Amino acid sequence: MRHKVAGWKLGRTTSHRRSLLRNMATSLILEERIETTVPKAKALRPQVEKMITLGKKGDLSARRQAAAYLMTREAVNKLFDTIGPRFGDREGGFLRIVRVGWQKGDGAEKAFIELLGSEKLQEEKRQKRAETRAKRTAEAKKAMEEAEAQAAPGEPAEDSEKKE
Amino acid sequence: MPNPKRRHSKQRTSTRRAHDALKSRSLSECPNCHERKLPHRACPKCGYYKGREVLEVKEAG
Repeated sequence: MRHKVAGWKLGRTTSHRRSLLRNMATSLILEERIETTVPKAKALRPQVEKMITLGKKGDLSARRQAAAYLMTREAVNKLFDTIGPRFGDREGGFLRIVRVGWQKGDGAEKAFIELLGSEKLQEEKRQKRAETRAKRTAEAKKAMEEAEAQAAPGEPAEDSEKKE
Repeated sequence: MPNPKRRHSKQRTSTRRAHDALKSRSLSECPNCHERKLPHRACPKCGYYKGREVLEVKEAG
């Protein structure tokens, strides 16, 4: 019988766990998607759902309750200005957890947790990452070519020194 | 102290282990790339889940 074992402890003390969840909730609200392990995502879900419910309420009391939990003011502002109104017609179930594979090292199952309706934002982020990657590759290539160009005229000079 | 009275035969050992076989994992088919994948997880080959949910999958080479 699995009575009286609700919730997740995540192998941490109460304060450590609270910090972890607050931190992850703040990140999730700001980034709209975070990648983590499945148990952490599952432990995080109810916390963030409660925050979004506060965001939908939108009064000063709710704002103070959210500010007491979330780590940064930007997260609170975003919660009340954009996320709350976005989920106006939805009663819970604001988040999605998708399992995506296993972590190297300890084999923990990984998942991402995201706010519903953040698909477009994720697409944009991916585009941006791809651009940065392309830019970095181009720079690395250029640097390598330059290094080669420098090395090429350098070699004969070394040879002549040896001859002298 | 209690001790075994009789020799434990190979048959007795293997009979006990008759029910210990491992089961193979059940796999489902990815509707996008038709690769076999674990159910309820994003496809590691094409990164799709439920028609969308694209992960960045590194291209080979």
